Amino acid sequence: MLTVEGLSVSYGEKTVLQQVGFHLAAGQVLAVIGPNGAGKSTLIRALSGVLPVRGGAVRLDGRDLRQYSEVERARRIAVVPQAVNLPAAFTVWETVLLGRTPHLNWLGQLTAKDEDIARWALERTDTQALAGRPVNQLSGGEQQRVLLARALAQSAPVMLLDEPTAHLDLQYQLSLLELVRELAHQEKLAVLVALHDLNLVSRYADKVALLAEGKLCALGRPGEVLQADVLTRAYRVPLQVLALGGGLPPVVLPAG
Amino acid sequence: MKWIAAHPYGFSLALLAVLLAASVAVGSVFISPTVMGALFQARLGGQPLTAALQPMDTILFTLRLPRAVLALLTGAALAGSGAAYQGLFRNPLADPYLIGVASGAGLGAVAAMSVRWPYTFWGLMVIPLAAFAGALVTVAVVLFLAKVQNSLPASNLILAGVAVSSFATALTSFWMLRSTGEVRRALVWLMGGATQSGWQPVAAVLPYIGVGLTALVLLGHSLNVMQFGDEQARQLGLRVERVRALVIAAASMTTAAAVAFAGIIGFVGLIVPHVVRLVWGGDYRRVIPLAVINGASLLLMADMLARTVIAPQEIPVGILTAMAGAPFFLWLLRRSRQQFSW
Repeated sequence: MLTVEGLSVSYGEKTVLQQVGFHLAAGQVLAVIGPNGAGKSTLIRALSGVLPVRGGAVRLDGRDLRQYSEVERARRIAVVPQAVNLPAAFTVWETVLLGRTPHLNWLGQLTAKDEDIARWALERTDTQALAGRPVNQLSGGEQQRVLLARALAQSAPVMLLDEPTAHLDLQYQLSLLELVRELAHQEKLAVLVALHDLNLVSRYADKVALLAEGKLCALGRPGEVLQADVLTRAYRVPLQVLALGGGLPPVVLPAG
Repeated sequence: MKWIAAHPYGFSLALLAVLLAASVAVGSVFISPTVMGALFQARLGGQPLTAALQPMDTILFTLRLPRAVLALLTGAALAGSGAAYQGLFRNPLADPYLIGVASGAGLGAVAAMSVRWPYTFWGLMVIPLAAFAGALVTVAVVLFLAKVQNSLPASNLILAGVAVSSFATALTSFWMLRSTGEVRRALVWLMGGATQSGWQPVAAVLPYIGVGLTALVLLGHSLNVMQFGDEQARQLGLRVERVRALVIAAASMTTAAAVAFAGIIGFVGLIVPHVVRLVWGGDYRRVIPLAVINGASLLLMADMLARTVIAPQEIPVGILTAMAGAPFFLWLLRRSRQQFSW
């Protein structure tokens, strides 16, 4: 689905991603972890075409991402941004319908099919009841679900989420990631999600990429990446990984 | 109120029709609806007029109607482009007057008039182009001054707009003061409101305003997407740079054409979109056409008042819109502080 090879990205002179490579398959959740400033958001911005790719290549269905037009790309890659500063002007329904933008004609006319898909996206994210409410009056958790619904309405096989749990209470973090994993597996979406809470990773991700200082430090199944020595090096703080047994995911804690 | 909220186009078009009829009826001579009907019938049916109706015909078709249409087009242009600037900059204070586009257009227009007094058809067609050039230069300078990295803070936009606007106005005044004869007439032209008579100015302004407003109405969906910021707009597949260039070009051309023939009229582009959003919501596919229609109504009303309040003397329309608009705007600002954030 999405193959990243030796990807480098820079802001002006400063290189923020260096030689990053991984593969993301349909129906898979890839968690991207790493300390602040490691390049998680930059990766999402580069993959969604907001930042130019300086070196290496991103291939989507075997074709270089740079060969896609904006519209073609948006039909294949949807982004769930962090829910901050949402405009006051729109209801939930109008916001989710905007996800159909890359499928509309140049006049932006909506068809019955567009509305069906938006309605399905509301149902899938359990936000139907909010449809008529102004989007800026919702709680953080509700807003994040609405942005997820907008991305679903985009009908793109690849979905990128930028720290969707950043400002949420724990219960909303869990239910949101549960939903994301369910969507990936049931709708066969290729999902990349930037996360900062290491203890949520092994619970919801099929695969983990660990970034530090713009480089890929580790890539593999959660059990392979969540190792005390690997994490300690990346986060520059002594960490330990405790196995709880009984089928429970391991827990990452400060060491000592 | 409920009916108004439920019928945005019905209400707006009805109001416009009523004001247009009132505006051509009222003046030094009152034209009653019966007489007006007879005059239209005669024109459309090609029947000869009675001698008694002849002067009425002249008043209606060569004086009042073209003036009303010019006022209507000016209001539509200012309100439509104001709504578009506000949507593009995601800034409720972006009005063609406040951000300096109108003053830049005025400077462009006066510069063109100083070359040669243009009262021929092709001369008239060139004035809006010069105003357009002035408007584009102003918008470029204001954006350059106001921009902080990738954001456009409201305070910066207004400060840069006021400064650039004052500069352009000062240049315009100096130019007119220094020149003799013909250009002095430009002063009257620029400050006088829609006082040109006859259909020529209407014909000159119509293509620019028509094309510009049509483009802005078609860009409504794109402006909706832009409300989520450049980055999200891009991720939703919008060609952000192209949309921005199109909106600026269309809104500046529309403003410039209005300014070139009606002078600098403030607050219409600010207040009409505000009220439209307050009553009918913030979907730009509706905000722009509704601002266009209601802007036309507002200026028709202002023009009517300008002609009648201290008749036979006329008040420049810009003075009226500022006298009514500034307090209204302040009230809106106070009210909106708690009601909605931008």
